[in-house]
Amino acid sequence: MPPISRRGLLGGGVAAAGLAGAGVVGASLAGASDGSSPWPGPGVAETYPFRGAHQAGIVTPAQDRLHFAAFDVTTDDREALVALLTAWTAAAERMTAGEPAGPVGPVEGAADLPPDDTGEAIGLPASGLTITFGFGPSLFRDADGRDRFGLAGRQPASLRDLPHFPGDVLAPGRSGGDLCVQACAQDPQVAVHAIRNLVRIGFGTVSVRWSQLGFGRTSSTSSSQETPRNLFGFKDGTANVLAEETQALADHVWVGEDDDPAGSWLAGGSYLVARRIAMTIETWDRQTLAEQESIVGRTKGTGAPLSGGDEHTPIDFAMPGSNGQPVVPVDSHVRVVHPDHNGGARMLRRGYTFVDGTTDLGGLDAGLFFLAFVRDPLTDFVPVQQAMSRHDAMTEYLRVTGSAVFAVPPGAGEGEHVGQALFA
Amino acid sequence: MTRRLTAAVALVALAVPVLSSCTENAPAAEGSDGDGRTLTVSSSADACDVSATEAPAGTLRFDVTNAGDEVTEFYLLGEDGLRIVGEVENVGPQLTRQLVVNAPAGDYVTACKPGMVGEGIRSDFTVTPSDEEVQVSADEQELVDAAESSYQTYVQDQSDQLLVKTREFAEDYTAGDDDAARALYPVARTHWERIETVAESFGDLDPRMDAREADLEPGQRWTGWHRMEKDLWPQRAGDYTPLTDAQRRTFADGLVADTEELDRRIGDLDFTVDQIANGSRGLLEEVATGKVTGEEEYWSRTDLWDFQANVDGARVGYDGVAPIVEEKDPELASQLELRFTDLQELLDAQREGDGFVSYDELSKQEVRDLADAVNALSEPLSRLTAVVVA
Repeated sequence: MPPISRRGLLGGGVAAAGLAGAGVVGASLAGASDGSSPWPGPGVAETYPFRGAHQAGIVTPAQDRLHFAAFDVTTDDREALVALLTAWTAAAERMTAGEPAGPVGPVEGAADLPPDDTGEAIGLPASGLTITFGFGPSLFRDADGRDRFGLAGRQPASLRDLPHFPGDVLAPGRSGGDLCVQACAQDPQVAVHAIRNLVRIGFGTVSVRWSQLGFGRTSSTSSSQETPRNLFGFKDGTANVLAEETQALADHVWVGEDDDPAGSWLAGGSYLVARRIAMTIETWDRQTLAEQESIVGRTKGTGAPLSGGDEHTPIDFAMPGSNGQPVVPVDSHVRVVHPDHNGGARMLRRGYTFVDGTTDLGGLDAGLFFLAFVRDPLTDFVPVQQAMSRHDAMTEYLRVTGSAVFAVPPGAGEGEHVGQALFA
Repeated sequence: MTRRLTAAVALVALAVPVLSSCTENAPAAEGSDGDGRTLTVSSSADACDVSATEAPAGTLRFDVTNAGDEVTEFYLLGEDGLRIVGEVENVGPQLTRQLVVNAPAGDYVTACKPGMVGEGIRSDFTVTPSDEEVQVSADEQELVDAAESSYQTYVQDQSDQLLVKTREFAEDYTAGDDDAARALYPVARTHWERIETVAESFGDLDPRMDAREADLEPGQRWTGWHRMEKDLWPQRAGDYTPLTDAQRRTFADGLVADTEELDRRIGDLDFTVDQIANGSRGLLEEVATGKVTGEEEYWSRTDLWDFQANVDGARVGYDGVAPIVEEKDPELASQLELRFTDLQELLDAQREGDGFVSYDELSKQEVRDLADAVNALSEPLSRLTAVVVA
């Protein structure tokens, strides 16, 4: 049987690009070369280089689909952990280039062995796949404070479990984790393929603690993208930090050289806050349009703030409204979480909508898998979440069922594995 | 409990209660397109341009666009320029909001109020006779008055009973008569749950009286019903340290004092029909989010008592406005009647003694059936307010 590569099955120009080999990692815009791209993906490129100063999947224009997994490390052997990160790095580099997870391929190897790639991505392009790795607080110290891998001295002060917030009903099986992998792509099968193969590579070293699929992005991370709607039917996160905002990225997303003496290895990286926010959408759907708009603080149609204009018009929180109240209600979501009311705190939100079937009560088990990248969760996330818990009218329709925080190391350089500086 | 002022009560508190009034963003009336009943209004700093000066009687719709740079309001006033027939508030700059109003033939005044000050920019407006002539029944105001006053009486009565039972509960609890306290706990809370949307509208009292453990912030002191509930039913708590006699007294005294304050404040409240209708809907939301899930009474498992009490309160609210609904939307009235009955039958099947079986005794299917019945009732109930004030 002749060798079949993922790209070899594609027709036209994309196949030709595939034949050019592994070097095709420049961010060529989807469809820009030959118009035959199978996804629309505004602003999303066909491939993103795995290596670089920062990990891909943060300022990368948010792809439409997500598969996210958190892992428990099951070994206490530091070398085994490093070996896994090395193997994951190699697999991630291949897959993000549109190649198989293993060096051999799904059907190219010996007939009497299981293939080193699971095969469901045969014929699919890279689909803008990014794979982003993170380290949870429990990697550094276990629940009893024990140093697991000789890394405790390098745990940044801000890398610790989030405090309990009112409204949290966390399931242990949906929270925490020693490691995380975020796979984003335009094609859900490509994202799932990435996680599945990384899980497989990790057996014996790690075990999946929880994972989450997201079927639609809820954020824009580039000015080239429209703000999508969440399951409440509203545009949310209009004030997101965007890839084009260099200064805001430096101030609010990337960890600085001098942020934490223990965490110098994290410089150029970020923190990832993951929250599984279930929406009680059946109850929400019974609110009148006017109430829904009051709760969000925006119109449902255009996303314009209630103080007028269009979606991107700055919100006038002081504008007087009827009955002696501001026209943007004081407990509306946009007001409570706005940087102006949180000491300038901002984040790069990259969340996804999920529906995990139905609940025992027959409602949709649906909501927002909130993902945010911040320079410091203690200053850019926790105060905002506390304000939301206390004052945001929307929290009535939300319950947080999972929560985790991870340190996302900077991008891997040539010849390095992800997070190498931590283990150096 | 809910962590904050419920949206239903919070929002209606802002609404001006007027008979034959508006709902913003109500759906377009059937057949209103092209029949002269859909009008546009452009409100700017110095103009209030209505697309026509007259319209045929029936359901009129005004799409009010704010062309100015301050928040504006639009009113349809009676001939005297005083009586508010319908209004739409909080129209932000460049935004459009809708006023839907039933108007019988007659002379009216339109008014835009940019900046929400003064008399507004006024024009005469005429509603001409038509086949869709709206009859505002003379006794509708009587129905409204009756609904409002009977609901007020009901809320006050429940509040008084809550106070009596809370005092009894507190006595038993501080005296260490745990069996008696456990027996009284769901009974007293029934009176709270029947008026829950009112009781929890006091943002300072509610967290002190009805907070669940999961609702607390780190460092926040936990007081109120559920604190004592856990002390009386510690079985699910693992290694639980019982409260001392002194602690018991502190919590019990605090709850009684807060209940007295609540009772005083409730005495000052009036209720409008839209608040009553919204309260009815809000109580069913409480059932859907806290009771049918078995989360409200985590320790005692007496959720079904609360469930029934929420439904009682919703039912009383609905019964009060039902004569209005029967006039305006008989189909909705009969549907609500049917679905209240269906839900009540399911609840009745779980009665035991003077109360209900423990939530833990419900099978998955029984919980599911209850949830389905709550959804079936809640959907039409969510349209109640619009019908009542239409």
